[in-house]
Amino acid sequence: MKKGLHPLVMIALVAMVTLAGRALPTWTLSLATIAASNALIALGIVVLARTGNVSFGQGLFFAAGGYGVALIANTWGLTDAVAQVIVGAACGGLLGLVIGPLIARYSGIFFGMLTLALSMVFYGALVKSTALGGSDGFNVGRPSLFGMSFTDPREADFMLYAVSVIVTGFAGIAATILFRSEFGLASLAVRENNLRVEYLGLSANRIISINFLIAAIFAGASGAFALMAQRHIDPQFAYWTTSGEFVFVAVLAGNQSVAAVFVASMALELVRSFSNLYLPNTWQLVLGVFLLGVILFLPRGIGSLWIRDRHRRRHISATPPLTAERGAAP
Amino acid sequence: MNHFWRANRALIVASVAAMSLPVAAPASAQETFKLGIVTFLSGPAADSFGVPARNGAQFVIDQLNKGSVPSPYEKVGFGGMKIEPVIIDENGGATKQVQELRNLYQRDNVDVVLGYISSGDCLAVAPIAEELKKMLVLMDCGTPRIFEEAKYNYVFRTAAHATMDNVGLVRYMKAKNIKMDTLSAINQDYAWGQDSRADFVAAAQQLYPNVKVQTDLLPKFGAGQYGTEISALVGAGSDVVYSSLWGGDLQAFVLQSAPRGLPKRSQLVFSAADHVLPPLGDKMPDGTIIGARGSYGLMSQKSPLNDWLFRGYEAANGVYPVQAAYRITQSILGLKAAVEKAMSKNGGKKPSTDEMVAAMTGLEWPSPGGLIQMKLADGHQAIQPIAFSRTKYNPDLKRVDLIDIQYFAAECVNPPPGVKSIEWIKGGMQGAKCN
Repeated sequence: MKKGLHPLVMIALVAMVTLAGRALPTWTLSLATIAASNALIALGIVVLARTGNVSFGQGLFFAAGGYGVALIANTWGLTDAVAQVIVGAACGGLLGLVIGPLIARYSGIFFGMLTLALSMVFYGALVKSTALGGSDGFNVGRPSLFGMSFTDPREADFMLYAVSVIVTGFAGIAATILFRSEFGLASLAVRENNLRVEYLGLSANRIISINFLIAAIFAGASGAFALMAQRHIDPQFAYWTTSGEFVFVAVLAGNQSVAAVFVASMALELVRSFSNLYLPNTWQLVLGVFLLGVILFLPRGIGSLWIRDRHRRRHISATPPLTAERGAAP
Repeated sequence: MNHFWRANRALIVASVAAMSLPVAAPASAQETFKLGIVTFLSGPAADSFGVPARNGAQFVIDQLNKGSVPSPYEKVGFGGMKIEPVIIDENGGATKQVQELRNLYQRDNVDVVLGYISSGDCLAVAPIAEELKKMLVLMDCGTPRIFEEAKYNYVFRTAAHATMDNVGLVRYMKAKNIKMDTLSAINQDYAWGQDSRADFVAAAQQLYPNVKVQTDLLPKFGAGQYGTEISALVGAGSDVVYSSLWGGDLQAFVLQSAPRGLPKRSQLVFSAADHVLPPLGDKMPDGTIIGARGSYGLMSQKSPLNDWLFRGYEAANGVYPVQAAYRITQSILGLKAAVEKAMSKNGGKKPSTDEMVAAMTGLEWPSPGGLIQMKLADGHQAIQPIAFSRTKYNPDLKRVDLIDIQYFAAECVNPPPGVKSIEWIKGGMQGAKCN
């Protein structure tokens, strides 16, 4: 990918999208915040998927980040948005650091099922903890930024939008750089043949663990955003349908383009919202048809719309679509 | 290949553009009142609560727009303005609900949002409405935490919270001299089940100081199979078996426990079971004590307003109305009363959010289920009377009738202002006015 976008161009893109928020109608701001937050966690799944493993339990780190931030916010009054993102990322990362090396020894369906199981264990524990509001969860106050608090709803929404787009954008840039790096290419090699990677003197387990840790950090930060956007947390954050939705975003996006993850996430939120408004009785059907449509007509994800043919030919052996991965797993 | 991509891209661009167009709002805002309604249209709560609530809302709004509701609600719509409902599905979790609430206010420009059945959703959406300074009317959800843990100006709940369901139930048992030396319980393992269980046990310990809790089961939500639990309950053989199960779970439990003889061994008491009577029919054991979270359905008291709802709803939907239909009706009628009160003060203009909020605070209005009074949480949380009864199958009408109905005044079963529910129960329910 020697002719890819220069990182400076990508930074300019992020700045542009952030400023575009000034012109967007208010309702799209919070929608975009959620979409950016989902994109961040889906990006983590894409990072991990490059090693050939799909996590069906990212809800675990998502909830860990969310609950960590919520508890710290309610106990010590930490309301700063940037600090909350860091706390969320740290909570997710710490958990990833513990779980990653243990789980890296498994692959394929065993890997997926174990991540799913761990997230559901956490879900079960949260539902039981009445001190944390049980299944109803609890509320947190609104976030501030660098000592400024925002009382005007539009300004508050824009602040969150800006922080989430910038953080997710930089995570995307970091991921792009990572994908092009030696480590990123070694991750792809692990997916192709981890035995050969071992013979090259690299530890496949270590590579998977590090990718897992990155995914966990992204998921924790994403949990912090989701919490800030909705000011409420409940065990649903760790439920398997939540995790499944993130995998869907990753499938929709495909793993050819980082930008596709953002586009896919936004498209999913828009389709969901409008189908719920116009077809309140059958919105799930619309969502399902949309997903099926993308899988049927764009089997390599939304990213294949703008990643050209020659590009694809080069990568065709290296990156089979995530859908095939999922198809093969069960 | 290239053509395919181009066509495809054009399609995507077009659909994105179509989606980002603002949804056209009707121009003559003076003539209509846009009401966002959120209720379960899918998921486990749809059948029991969500769809009856939707049907109730459609019936009431239809009748209001025609001006055919009895006194004191004869005026067309809300003070002459036709009501334009926007109904969305509550299923999908709190994250989605928060987003959809914003969309309703900011994109669809609804005047008021009314609805919500799940306590988790109520807790999540209340602070958002407060921040946006938009009026939100919660119509059902059980948890008392909403106004006990926070203070809201723009949020109202037009139904009593879950405390009265269990306090009233224990009072009914005491009034009917039900023996309860030993007690077993089966509740779902999520907030509603856990809280209901805590309330019931606390209230039972007040009125039955010697009661012993024997088997205390918390199967998971949506379990559907209760073989082991029923064995444990039959084995314990307590005087009373209490449950806050609802919907499909409650039906499964009743169907599975009857052949095992549980209803003969123990007195079954269900805190919220009226909505399973139509589907269960003669499978519901006679003599079961049930509540309906208000004086609703077959337990409702005769009044012109109640006859209008009961008969009209039955004619429209082929089944008589149960708790959810009553709750959304009392909610819409309360909002109508508030809007019209505000209009009488501002000279008949369409009231602003602040005017509606001021009018609704502390309001009282008659509903098919009795008088609703916004007495708690500085006039934001309603209290209402409640009824309990025993089941008796009526083979002529092929439906479960309710006998031994007893009503409890709102102030007998709800805590006074400023006291947390569970502390009120544990403190001996001080200040209750039970005639």
